Amino acid sequence: MSTINPSSGRDVPTGPTLPHDTVEKGHHWRTKDDEFDAGKLGMWLFLGTEVLLFAGLFCGYAIMRMLYPEAFANGSHYLNWVYGGANTLILLWSSYTMAAAIRHTQLGDRARAQICLVITWLCALAFLLIKFIFEYGPKWAEGKRPGVLFDYPYAQNAMEPMWWSLYYAATGIHASHVVIGMGLIGWLIIKNAKGWYGPKNYLAMENIGLYWHIVDLIWIFLFPLLYLIH
Amino acid sequence: MSSLDSHAGSAPHAGGHHGSYLTSKGSLWADIANWATTVDHKKIGVMYLTALLILFFLGGVMALAVRLELLEPTRSIINAAGESVTTGQRLAFLAGDGATANNIYNRAMTLHGAIMTFMFIVPGIPASLGNFFLPLMIGAKDVAFPRLNLASWYVYVFGSLFALASALVGGIDTGWTLYTPYSTMTDADHWRLVAMVTGVFIMGFSSIMTGLNFVVTVHKLRAPGMGWFDMPLFVWAIYATAIIQVLATPVIGITTLMLIFERLFNFGLFDPRMGGDPVLFQHFFWFYSHPVVYIMILPAFGVISETITVHARKPIFGYRSVAFASLGIAAVSFLVWGHHMFTSQGELTAAIFSFLTFFVAVPTAIKVFNWIATLYKGSIVFNTPMLYTLGFLFLFTIGGLTGLPLATLSTDMHLHDSYYVVAHFHYVMFGGTVIAFLAGLHHWWPKMFGKMYAETPAKLGFWLVFLGFNVTFFIQFVMGAHGMPRRYASYPDEFQWMHIISTVGSWMLLAGFLVHLFTFIHALLQGKTASANPWGGMTLEWHADSPPDEHNFEHEPIVKHGPYAYDRVVPPHTDPQDYPLPEKSDPN
Repeated sequence: MSTINPSSGRDVPTGPTLPHDTVEKGHHWRTKDDEFDAGKLGMWLFLGTEVLLFAGLFCGYAIMRMLYPEAFANGSHYLNWVYGGANTLILLWSSYTMAAAIRHTQLGDRARAQICLVITWLCALAFLLIKFIFEYGPKWAEGKRPGVLFDYPYAQNAMEPMWWSLYYAATGIHASHVVIGMGLIGWLIIKNAKGWYGPKNYLAMENIGLYWHIVDLIWIFLFPLLYLIH
Repeated sequence: MSSLDSHAGSAPHAGGHHGSYLTSKGSLWADIANWATTVDHKKIGVMYLTALLILFFLGGVMALAVRLELLEPTRSIINAAGESVTTGQRLAFLAGDGATANNIYNRAMTLHGAIMTFMFIVPGIPASLGNFFLPLMIGAKDVAFPRLNLASWYVYVFGSLFALASALVGGIDTGWTLYTPYSTMTDADHWRLVAMVTGVFIMGFSSIMTGLNFVVTVHKLRAPGMGWFDMPLFVWAIYATAIIQVLATPVIGITTLMLIFERLFNFGLFDPRMGGDPVLFQHFFWFYSHPVVYIMILPAFGVISETITVHARKPIFGYRSVAFASLGIAAVSFLVWGHHMFTSQGELTAAIFSFLTFFVAVPTAIKVFNWIATLYKGSIVFNTPMLYTLGFLFLFTIGGLTGLPLATLSTDMHLHDSYYVVAHFHYVMFGGTVIAFLAGLHHWWPKMFGKMYAETPAKLGFWLVFLGFNVTFFIQFVMGAHGMPRRYASYPDEFQWMHIISTVGSWMLLAGFLVHLFTFIHALLQGKTASANPWGGMTLEWHADSPPDEHNFEHEPIVKHGPYAYDRVVPPHTDPQDYPLPEKSDPN
């Protein structure tokens, strides 16, 4: 059995009633639209707090870079922009697939949304693998570590440990956000498989999508600051 | 909503009535399971209140220990066996790590500060009274995100447990400000500090969740007919507070994370030996912690705005200016953090921060003058909430005015880190927030639990707290001006008489709080049943039953008059309590 979705024009299978058709609004809301708007407003406020969290790191970066420009120039030479660039492309692509997943859900195409979500999740995994296997791992082994753990014998500047401190703090906190994002997107994949999301019920997916975009956006700032500016 | 007393003593409602939110579910276990998983903002408010009062008690015990220690310059007291020991030594068995009496003093002092700021005053009014009354006052059934609300309580308790775990294994001695490099270099056993800082980090999430929830609730869940300027001033205050919570707390989040990294891996960002800058930590810390001062005091302003108008039976003077002053204070709060660091920054920077700091006085003074103007020609009822409200005006004014010498560069150089500062912020935090908290607790007690408290012992409690507070802290202004530095366990003999007065005052305070504890327990067990509107208030929470129905209101209320329309709705010289309010379409 199938029908044509009026907004997408695609052939959409309609099986037994899925959970997203029967999701009710919370008892304290007047309308489902109110609930949706509130969810979006809450998410944007939360994203504001995320920006402010990273603002502290960027502020520390700016001050330390001003104090020790040479150490920071040296430091960024140790980073390979190819890995950073690859990760940038991966995150940008995953942001696109995340947005596409939401669009497909709005149009009622659950299968395509699922494919997009899985691609997003795999991109996040790829980002972390590149980060850990090609960047953190070798650098840590060479002694390019933060603070007192710094043990790299060929350092050209006494302040290089500071650079590595900020590098690990900024990329580490960002990576922890990627891990949280993988958890959330994984949760979306499971719930989408059970049919929770559809044209009338996609707030959770949209909010997690917004979260994923800000993870991407923060990396877009970290990449030039850490890898490209000498 | 036809009139205020539509619920009082009326027959059980037909349909839509689920009984009081306090109604038992049957067995004790069913009740516990019900409360532990509830998404009802009222129950969460009561859960917050319980947790807060336990922590307030712990912080108070630490304060008493600190004051007891300061009773004698040599810090020795006679124990049961007739030996002379210091109170620090008496407490030392708790630490069990051979810490000196001075260490113990510093830990007790730090614990007092950390518990009272991070765990009591910051979440205090918004999380307990705010959670309970914000939805009621705007006519909503719940906050916007009920499950997030419950999560914020669990996160708060979880974070507190981290901090208390650090206390149980000995506590930290950095002072509640956790200044580097002291917090990163001293004390080989750093896990205590990491546990405390992690606790602060976790509680930050709770604060953000609560603030975010309140902002969205105010934007999206106001009852039909309630415009922005029909909101009660308590709602305005909580709204302004929530904005600061959302904007300032992430900064302490990253600061505590950096401090944890610094402590665990010696990152060097704040360590001068590694090229870092300890003043950078102070900037980060105060960029959060100064706005947080207004997270602590703005809700208190909101409570006072409610109590003063209800118990003086007069519309609040200058409603809009009080509302805008809340937002003004929230805005200015982000520009003044540098005034905590006059002694560690350049002269020009310090002068700029000094200049900006004076601006906070403008919106604050607007509020105080408006409250006093509200009292003018009011029918003031001298019950406990009103006494606390008047006590607030008195104490907060002292607290505010004594801030000016600290905001002025030249005088601050003398008063910096002296007992004058201790007295000043206790007048603001305790004389302001805690006193307002008690005003609000008495004011809303009948609504929260459906029982009246006994007025006479409650008044006795007020006088003990009010006098005890002044005896404890007023003398500290003198002490500080004479040069007694803060955070020292031993001191020159000439200060002893002042410390004795202060310590005796702390015992009066203890007596006052015990009296209040008694009145509250007595009210719960044997209090008279409260009517829906015992004070004659006109804001929406008084339209609900006492204690409120599980879903707050029988029908969604429609707002037909402003929150304080005593002059328009009630004829002059009538007690609103006895006057059934007519329908009114005229806003405000």
